[in-house]
Amino acid sequence: MGDHLNMFFFGYFPYIALAVFFLGSVIRFDREQYTWRSGSSQMLRQKQLRWGSNLFHVGIIIVFFGHLFGLLTPMAVFEFFGIGHTAKQLMAIIVGGIAGIMALVGATMLLHRRLYDPRIRATSAPSDHFVMSLLWVQLVLGMLTIPISLGHLDGSKMVLFMTWAQGIWSFQPGVAPLIQEAHWIFQLHIILGLLTFLIFPFTRLVHIWSAPIWFLGRKGYQVVRSRKRPVT
Amino acid sequence: MKIRAQIGKVLNLDKCIGCHTCSVTCKNVWTSREGMEYAWFNNVETKPGIGYPKDWENQERWNGGWKRKSNGSIEPRMGGKWRILSKIFANPDLPEIDDYYEPFTFDYEHLHNAPEMKAPPTARPRSLITGQRMDDIHWGPNWEEILGGEFSKRSKDANFEGIEKEIYGQFEQTFMMYLPRLCEHCLNPTCVAACPSGAIYKREEDGIVLIDQDKCRGWRMCVSGCPYKKIYYNWSSGKSEKCTFCYPRIEAGQPTVCSETCVGRIRYLGVMLYDADKIEEAASVPDEQGLYEAQLGVFLDPFDPDVQTQARKDGVPDAWIEAAKRSPVWKMAMDWKIAFPLHPEYRTLPMVWYVPPLSPIQQAAESGKLALGDEIPDVSKLRIPVKYLANLLTAGREKPIVQGLNRMIAMRRYMRSKTVEGVIDEAEAERVGLTGNEIEEMYRVMAIANYEDRFVIPTTHREGNEDAETLRGSCGFSFGNGCSTASEPNLFGSGGRTSPKSPMEVK
Repeated sequence: MGDHLNMFFFGYFPYIALAVFFLGSVIRFDREQYTWRSGSSQMLRQKQLRWGSNLFHVGIIIVFFGHLFGLLTPMAVFEFFGIGHTAKQLMAIIVGGIAGIMALVGATMLLHRRLYDPRIRATSAPSDHFVMSLLWVQLVLGMLTIPISLGHLDGSKMVLFMTWAQGIWSFQPGVAPLIQEAHWIFQLHIILGLLTFLIFPFTRLVHIWSAPIWFLGRKGYQVVRSRKRPVT
Repeated sequence: MKIRAQIGKVLNLDKCIGCHTCSVTCKNVWTSREGMEYAWFNNVETKPGIGYPKDWENQERWNGGWKRKSNGSIEPRMGGKWRILSKIFANPDLPEIDDYYEPFTFDYEHLHNAPEMKAPPTARPRSLITGQRMDDIHWGPNWEEILGGEFSKRSKDANFEGIEKEIYGQFEQTFMMYLPRLCEHCLNPTCVAACPSGAIYKREEDGIVLIDQDKCRGWRMCVSGCPYKKIYYNWSSGKSEKCTFCYPRIEAGQPTVCSETCVGRIRYLGVMLYDADKIEEAASVPDEQGLYEAQLGVFLDPFDPDVQTQARKDGVPDAWIEAAKRSPVWKMAMDWKIAFPLHPEYRTLPMVWYVPPLSPIQQAAESGKLALGDEIPDVSKLRIPVKYLANLLTAGREKPIVQGLNRMIAMRRYMRSKTVEGVIDEAEAERVGLTGNEIEEMYRVMAIANYEDRFVIPTTHREGNEDAETLRGSCGFSFGNGCSTASEPNLFGSGGRTSPKSPMEVK
């Protein structure tokens, strides 16, 4: 990849994607909450969803947090706990590999369902097809990185990506050249990953922000709303 | 004691003729939109039958309502909060649209555009979801209308529990009744409890249960939580929707659309005061058959001065306390005890109650097979088994149902004696534990059923609740998203594939 393109995709594009991701989410939440939903199609067709959706979601949540912590945890933390690069690399390959397979199997079932079930196909928005396909390709690319990573278990490449990600996060676009030497599968994987953030606010992906973990902390079961103003 | 008021409802099944006017007017007002074609906030079922959606009363299958745990507390039958969240990616208790029915329209346009043909053109059905032809429609919104279909299928009705149902398959023994159903606006709603987003809430001032369309994220747990299956997932907008009790009308003191248009005058609306602190206790009583009486214990007598004082303290407007005194719901549920909750065993403390129907026996009596008590025969000989009604309305306990039916028969005897023979038969009233005056009142409310006796609805006292200044220029009722509509160009897309369409626009 040329210097210029490389600088764009790994130096500037992350900022564009993340800015759109955060600002777009806030604007949509503020202005268009009625459109903010998970977009479940389970009611129209249960088939393939029960396995597909569970496998996909559990897998992708593990993969997502694996990436988040794996890339953004400062090197010093690993050193403090005495986790070597090779150990971390192996852990990433094993955990990420299992979760990745789960997510890929689930995504394949869901994509097949979306494309070939007449009800789901007819009620899908173009963005639904796009998101599902993008995630499927992304998962395939992610799985393809495993054989490459097995070739350099010393973790040197992984350190490279960590340095890059943490550099971007701490506003140093100068780290972009670090990616230039990486295998094209890694490069494409990063670009598609950033693209996912870019389109996030315009698709059903926004439901991720609303993962209802607060439900567990709700006191009791009932919700009553009052319009009464406090008596003064 | 924490007193709240609710607009309750009673449906007098004895007078329901099954005309579906309630369903159709409701549909026209609320659910004639893409994504909601299959949904009927109000529907009328012929019982016995498995109903809409299929088999909704079978909670072994759908896991709706509450269950009492061994420690005496209750939790949703579908599980506590962790269990509910664990089902969020794929909800095993969710009905599929085929359990309701796949909505369809007909190719009406073909009737206009067909070329010259040997056979007359026909309008064939077309799915409103896929847009494709449906050659075989095998279920619809009211498939079992007036005992349609085989008895073997209809008799899967959960209310046959404990009844030797086979004999009711015989033509001579068959029976039927209509059951109009809508959201129960429960005191202890499971839909609210199951909503992970906290989008569903009960309004403090009038008890109406609503879904905040902006807050709903489409996790669809409420659909499973509601044992009456009266929450519908809008597949187009991705939000759940339910009966709103026509709250914009109720706030203005008008009856709901279904009540207003009921040609049989079977629907009653009135204020019930209740003690919010007693709800949990009443919903947790060990014996399911005790739930009906436990709920009666939650209601508060609006004539009791202590109740009035406390109600005022808790912010219930005076007009509402006055309306509670004239409430037809109070009269039927509490004074005369002829109205009963629908499936109290779900532990939701429902607030739409039913007067059980009398049923014919006259023919059998005349042919000498049955004993006649004067002209009007006694309850045990009615064609609809009391056990069936009890399974529907009192968790199987027959005594309250028998008393209710006896009182309705006594009303007929008393009024017959008064108008035909000119005799005031006080003994007849006493026999069922009422006075002649009470029977006359019953007759006025239930038989004459004037508009102002059926609907005693105080207006919402907004002046105390809202700041009119901030409401200037607001858009009133909307499906969420403030005043913006889906037809506006919008970066974030509307709910479904396109902007919502009316059924006739779908090709």
